[in-house]
Amino acid sequence: MTNCYHCDLPVPPGSDYKVHIDNENRSMCCPGCQAVAQAIVDNGLTNFYQFRTEKSQNPQQALDGVLESLSLYDKPELQKDFVKTDEGKSHQASLILEGIVCAACVWLNERHVMSLSGVSEFRINYSTRRAIVKWDDSKIHLSQILKAITDIGYIAHPFDPGRQEKVQKKERSKALRRLAVAGLGAMQVMMLAVALYAGESQGMDAGIQHFMRWVSLLICIPVIFYSSSVFFKSAWRDLKRSQLGMDVPVSLAIGAAFLSSVWATVTDTGAVYFDSVTMFTFFLLSGRYLEMMARHRAGQAAEELIRLLPVTATRITNGDEVVVSAAELQIDDIVKIKPGETVPADGVIIEGSSSVDESLLTGESIPVLHLVGSKLIGGSVNVESPVLMRISHVGEDTVLSSIVRLLDRAQTEKPRLSQIADRVAGWFVGAILLMASLVAIYWWKHDPDNAFWITLSVLVVTCPCALSLATPAALVAATGHLTRKGLLTTRGHALETLAKATHIIFDKTGTLTYGRLECQQVISLNGESKESLLGIAAAVEKNSEHPIAKAIIDAATEIKKSKQALAVTGQGIQAVVDGKRYRVGKPDFVTELNGQMVKHDSLQQQQSVVVLGDESNMLALFILNDVVRENAKDAVAAIHTMGLSVSLLSGDQEAVVDAVAGQLNIKHAYASMLPEQKLQHIQALQQKGEVVVMVGDGVNDAPVLAAAQVSIAMGEGSQIAHASADMVLLSEQLPHIVDGIKMSRRTLTVIKQNLGWALSYNLLALPLAAMGLIAPWMAAIGMSISSLVVVINAIRLTND
Amino acid sequence: MNILYLLIPVGVLFLGAAIWLFIWSVRDGQYEDLEGPAHRILMDDDDPKIPGNEKKAKDKDTS
Repeated sequence: MTNCYHCDLPVPPGSDYKVHIDNENRSMCCPGCQAVAQAIVDNGLTNFYQFRTEKSQNPQQALDGVLESLSLYDKPELQKDFVKTDEGKSHQASLILEGIVCAACVWLNERHVMSLSGVSEFRINYSTRRAIVKWDDSKIHLSQILKAITDIGYIAHPFDPGRQEKVQKKERSKALRRLAVAGLGAMQVMMLAVALYAGESQGMDAGIQHFMRWVSLLICIPVIFYSSSVFFKSAWRDLKRSQLGMDVPVSLAIGAAFLSSVWATVTDTGAVYFDSVTMFTFFLLSGRYLEMMARHRAGQAAEELIRLLPVTATRITNGDEVVVSAAELQIDDIVKIKPGETVPADGVIIEGSSSVDESLLTGESIPVLHLVGSKLIGGSVNVESPVLMRISHVGEDTVLSSIVRLLDRAQTEKPRLSQIADRVAGWFVGAILLMASLVAIYWWKHDPDNAFWITLSVLVVTCPCALSLATPAALVAATGHLTRKGLLTTRGHALETLAKATHIIFDKTGTLTYGRLECQQVISLNGESKESLLGIAAAVEKNSEHPIAKAIIDAATEIKKSKQALAVTGQGIQAVVDGKRYRVGKPDFVTELNGQMVKHDSLQQQQSVVVLGDESNMLALFILNDVVRENAKDAVAAIHTMGLSVSLLSGDQEAVVDAVAGQLNIKHAYASMLPEQKLQHIQALQQKGEVVVMVGDGVNDAPVLAAAQVSIAMGEGSQIAHASADMVLLSEQLPHIVDGIKMSRRTLTVIKQNLGWALSYNLLALPLAAMGLIAPWMAAIGMSISSLVVVINAIRLTND
Repeated sequence: MNILYLLIPVGVLFLGAAIWLFIWSVRDGQYEDLEGPAHRILMDDDDPKIPGNEKKAKDKDTS
């Protein structure tokens, strides 16, 4: 079987979509791919197919229903939210692009959009998949630009980058500048320090030594007052709230070492520590920079959450269909929802009936049939046929908003394990200050001449550099390693907490399973071959958009032609194939045609069973299931052997949940859970003292994800799930969670080793320094070595 | 060794220049997208400059 040249999906048998690319006719799987590929060729962008390293996404799902709503983006009242205008002519907007899979997509989009007349700038940020477009409104409209992007198979949503993003950008560039000043300064000072150390033993000219110290001091000034100012500010904040955080000893160490070095330089006595000060600042700032980047990436996911609701809706006013912005909708408005569209608000169906995919909200894997009078939830997707809906709730009152509110509450109520380092730091700082003052008082009485130097050497030698590097160094090494594997850590505490986890809870749809139906078994009732029966069923189902139809069509190897199709919503479909009338659907629906009953064990098992029958007989049963992920069983077994309990919480029906739980050996399985019930379940476990890890993907999981001590969202899950999760499983491979737990345990061990080493070094050096036995150069070397040991120990985490 | 009295200050001047350059590049937004340029350079549009491809480039301009 050949695969589509554009999107790499299999080309359905019997179809004939071809595009001439690079002197050859290439097969395409669908009209969508054909149109996109043709547009790419027509615009002279054929090179895209040489450049790309990944196959493109199938544009089919994208195209439906998007086009007509684009013109709405030209309305000034809608544009005021996201378009910036300078001097009347040049307009600027930010876009989120969907479908970008590799660098060639970026090239293709930039080339294509820049070739439009009137577009003056179009730049895509490869890392964030966002773009900035500038255009001249007298020559081209935004909708035309968006349409041009849709033509080549991508979707662009305009969005308002908002205040938060600007603040974050400023924060990033500030942190980067601080890092640069500290890094470059540290290199220069280190160079001079090597000369000074060497000069000490080889007899350096006193004049040059003095000069070098002054130069080091000069370079150190911007590092202290610009780069380190973050530590001083945060330490001051801590002190004002009378807390002792990690920044207090850090500031104390930097400040004391710097001041004593300045004193030594000015008076030309004692030793200088400029090299240690700058290096230490640089290491700490690098760790914080990496932490901040991860946090910002998580924040971006949260901002994209709003996209869940459609921006536009089709309102019926006096019999006319008008496309309006979803924000304009009022209670009692009547809207039309076409197949493939998202329901814009909560409401009640007043005309038509259709199956609606609510999996994002409820976790139910199979679309639910809704008839006139039944309620639709905003955010779910209409799958089958157009319906008219009267809106009952908008904005804050919708179910989706209430889930978001539940999420907010869960986040604030989340139990937190206090971080080890901060706890240690609190009493450690107190102890150092106490010791230093005792030492100062003692020496002041016995030897006032040396009292200042000895007190300073106590402060410097006990500098908690290693102590404050212990945790961040290990966390940065471990998270970096896990990210390369496909498990992204978005919140710093996640790893420490994951190591202590006692209970792991999985959602079903989309987490343990792929979240899509697959035809698992074909039972032939008349002895005919399974292939030919599937072929007939697929021919009939070709006329439907329902996921069951897709599953049967995917399973079929050869599809015949059908005519006179007739679909009955929620029941099945009838069509004529090779001159015979067939029905595919629920057993009762097929019985109406041939008067036969189906007798088979599988009907009792409450799985999704579809029947194929002709006018006289029942022909076949198709058993459909949401397929369990490939490695799920191994992953669950591995988690069991690590001593964690495993539970399954799902909004789906009991029979389906039990089947999956049985397959995976999960003993605790709970079905038909609402988001509130899931939340209560987790909180009950937490009250028993369990540390809960939650793995989920949907909107319905978001509050639960936020409440669990550690939460992991699936990479393909909804944005709201990403936003409330501590980790994101980008690889979608469940065994990587096992790796994550193993890694977190190793990380915790390394952190403990590091803290142990740092503390014992400091405790050993303290009495020696207090007795005045430690020469300044020893203190400097000790400080550097203890920090180095901690960093090298952390780097061990990156090898497997 | 008196030359050090000149060379070290020169070194410090270089340091200042390096910091200024770095800060300029951060302000310029060069650190906003660290992956893109690495890919972009490979897809630079040198195709029309290869002999024999000029005609194709011309077609593109008129379209």
